[in-house]
Amino acid sequence: MPRIGVFVCWCGSNIGGVLDCPAIAQEAASFPGVVYSTEYKYVCSDPGQKLIVDAVKEHRLERVVVASCSPRLHEETFRQVLRRSGLNPYFFEMANLREHCSWVHPDTTVREQAQRKAVDLVRRAVAKAARLEPLFPGKIPVVRRCLVIGGGIAGIQTALDVADAGLEVLLVEREPTIGGNMVKLDKTFPTLDCSACISTPKMVAVAQHPNIRLYTYAQVEEVTGYIGNFKARIRQKARYVDHSKCNGCGTCWTRCPVTVPDDFNLGLGERGAIYIPFPQAVPNKPVIDLEHCRRSTRGKCGACAKLCPTGAIDYEQKDEFVDVEVGAIIVATGYGLFPWEKVYGEYGYGRFRDVITGLMFERMVNASGPTGGKIQRPSSGKEPKTVVFIQCVGSRDEARGKEYCSRFCCMYTAKHAHQILEKIPGSEVYVFYIDVRTFGKGYEEFYRRVRDEGAVYIRGRVSKVYQDGSKLIVRGADTLLGEQVEIAADMVVLATGAVPAAGAADVARMIGIPQDKDGFFQEAHPKLRPVETHTGGVYLAGTCQGPKDIPDTVSQASGAAAKVCGLLLRDELETNPLVSKVNEALCTGCLACQPVCPYRAIQPVTITERLPGQPPRERVVARVNEGLCQGCGACTVACRAGAIDLKGFTNKQLIAEVDALCL
Amino acid sequence: MKIGYYPGCSLESSAKEYDRATRLVARHLGIQLYDLNDWNCCGATAAHSTDHFLAAALPARNLMIAEEMGLNVTVPCAACYQRLRLAHRELTENEATAREIAELLGRPYQGKVRIYSLLETIAGIGLDQLAAQVVRPLKELKVACYYGCLLVRPPGTGCDDPENPRLMDELLLAAKAEVLDWGYKNECCGASLVFSERRLALRLIRNILRNAVDAGATSIACACPLCQTNLDTRQGQVNKEFGTSFAIPIFYFPQLLGLAMGLYPQDLGLGKHFIDPQRAIKAVGG
Repeated sequence: MPRIGVFVCWCGSNIGGVLDCPAIAQEAASFPGVVYSTEYKYVCSDPGQKLIVDAVKEHRLERVVVASCSPRLHEETFRQVLRRSGLNPYFFEMANLREHCSWVHPDTTVREQAQRKAVDLVRRAVAKAARLEPLFPGKIPVVRRCLVIGGGIAGIQTALDVADAGLEVLLVEREPTIGGNMVKLDKTFPTLDCSACISTPKMVAVAQHPNIRLYTYAQVEEVTGYIGNFKARIRQKARYVDHSKCNGCGTCWTRCPVTVPDDFNLGLGERGAIYIPFPQAVPNKPVIDLEHCRRSTRGKCGACAKLCPTGAIDYEQKDEFVDVEVGAIIVATGYGLFPWEKVYGEYGYGRFRDVITGLMFERMVNASGPTGGKIQRPSSGKEPKTVVFIQCVGSRDEARGKEYCSRFCCMYTAKHAHQILEKIPGSEVYVFYIDVRTFGKGYEEFYRRVRDEGAVYIRGRVSKVYQDGSKLIVRGADTLLGEQVEIAADMVVLATGAVPAAGAADVARMIGIPQDKDGFFQEAHPKLRPVETHTGGVYLAGTCQGPKDIPDTVSQASGAAAKVCGLLLRDELETNPLVSKVNEALCTGCLACQPVCPYRAIQPVTITERLPGQPPRERVVARVNEGLCQGCGACTVACRAGAIDLKGFTNKQLIAEVDALCL
Repeated sequence: MKIGYYPGCSLESSAKEYDRATRLVARHLGIQLYDLNDWNCCGATAAHSTDHFLAAALPARNLMIAEEMGLNVTVPCAACYQRLRLAHRELTENEATAREIAELLGRPYQGKVRIYSLLETIAGIGLDQLAAQVVRPLKELKVACYYGCLLVRPPGTGCDDPENPRLMDELLLAAKAEVLDWGYKNECCGASLVFSERRLALRLIRNILRNAVDAGATSIACACPLCQTNLDTRQGQVNKEFGTSFAIPIFYFPQLLGLAMGLYPQDLGLGKHFIDPQRAIKAVGG
């Protein structure tokens, strides 16, 4: 029986406030194999760690059990402590007294039962610790190349940072240009610097960076492999324009006879069937929208092909596939707007042309937008004098929208209010709000300034917007005055909340990133690992993880880049030794394990078996690729012969745990 | 189609013409209405504003009658419709109340009855079917469909979208009327407040009339006896109070459907209006 030490952590009052830690430590001392048992306020702290190191030495401990929080938080911390103490790091077992006991049983009436449960959890951990075996990580080589999915400001920033560190970057964007949502904006709060002026130089930097390969109008279709060694398949959608010949002269898109509503301008403007999304697009070369192209709808036209001086138009172009190998993936797929037209009948379900979204307002007030920066009512083209803003459309609405706050709407609405008051003399601005949240640097000051400029903030919801002649009547409640208010407005701007970008679920499935209840990608830890995912080598940047403003997005993007550099600048990676292993002597080669493996890590191999007194014979057995295996354990359950064990969670260990709990 | 018919008290008195038009149109469309045997008042505002138990028990009795007859039930009056729907919900979701009511009425309610507004029942035969019956298209009729509040609220018990109901619009479109999009289709008409808060209610009525007229309406269609009464009989008082000059006829929607199907105006009770609908009827060639 190995010599086991038990360390019970108070976690301040998190555990110590509910459970009697000294009593747990005392009882643990009597468990089989335990030669030392103690408790401490914070075992994860420096003195706490020293306690373990010293005890290992003094009491010649061979296995260590820490009864504290979730292994997801501190298992790695304590493994390092064991390494420092000269023990194999996998001679460590954790009992989760916080998430599994004290946090869920704070009720004083169940103190006794909670205490008993805590002792049982420690008994379980000790029983397993006695059967732990040393494990050793393997080494795998690393492909020093990073794939960035999404070319908005998050993708751009993270690509530039990784590329600047000397690593190769592949940036994949599904739209014909990079820039994302940020490049659609006019000015950015609270400094009012022009969004294009600060984002377009970065777009150009991406296009010109020697370490960045840019794929626009392209999508990642398949990802396989594992940390350090991913394989990805990129579909380059047919642009019907050969970009190697095109010089971006613009003859084609100015002469295209087709006009369709322009999605880049959210339908406020028009474009041709051959188009660039906006004048500063990167790359500044067009694509053909075949669905609307007259040559494909009516069979004749070909104006662009006739006019193109370089012969770059190629109607026969097909989608192409590129297979790449990368060591890390940064997902930066961004956000979309809450589809308010589907649920908000009180704002007209999108029937009224003068009810627009904040992003539409951005395009309208943008000097390079469809109105050249003139604020005008979409219905008549006239300048609005009275504008009503409605906050929290889709956000903070449990009944019909999303429960969460979209974070940036309060501030962009304040900025819009400022722009109206500045550009339209004599205008009136009303903002219906629930709470105004100005959390960032300089944000509260900006909000105050806008109120001083004359924006009228009304605390309350709008119950109805309806058309009355040329006016929109906005009826709502002023909950501070306790009265109904009615405003005859020329335009209504909705602060629509952010939701994950269209297609986010497909990306999540393809790469294996969990999504939270609202579809945003789940970070590995909300506070301490905000840019990592639970899939090794996959990182998050920007609003795909949750709504955030530009400063936060850029910070997170740089954070993800730093993580990728930390990973890819190593020569080799240590593999996780907690993987499945097949006992080939027991394996019958039935391969029932193969289809249950979600990581496609199990393959059949033929081995030659030599049994005494018999001629050698060939036999098929299952084999686990330790680089692909994520240690989920599905195969161990499927194995009829009991030939597969998950290292660190062997059948023997698990049964010892169950016995300790139940016998 | 066979369906139970719960006319409610109004349709036996102030809204007799709604009842008459409903029965005629239903017969014309092949909908067989079976009056609930010995039905009673739904309790209306009086019950639910004074006694929660009675508010559920009174309509519950009607539901039990329908269940015994083995029929679903259609309700022309918006208030009755809402009371029956809410009682059904109370009886199927609140066991204690259901038990108490079963004891009081001497029989349990199984919850098998489906309650439909008249709009749903007529739309249920299919808009194409309806359109096929139209012999006198209401082409000249600029109509604002007025739903009021009880038909569509609270959300979940209403018969249509509470913010932008469309059922009546669809029915009258099938009759080829010019249906207007307007902002007050689900506003409150003041209901019984005309008695206690006269000026307030008149203002609400005025707003509805003004909004319809501004939208270009020459008539208003409704599906509630109280809405019709308020909008029709109070127009004179509104004009006096606010110095307006409204004279817009207020129809029950089956009256308009009946006209479109070529039924005689007098059979549809079109002589019972305070605001003379003759001009509107003539305009459609009736």
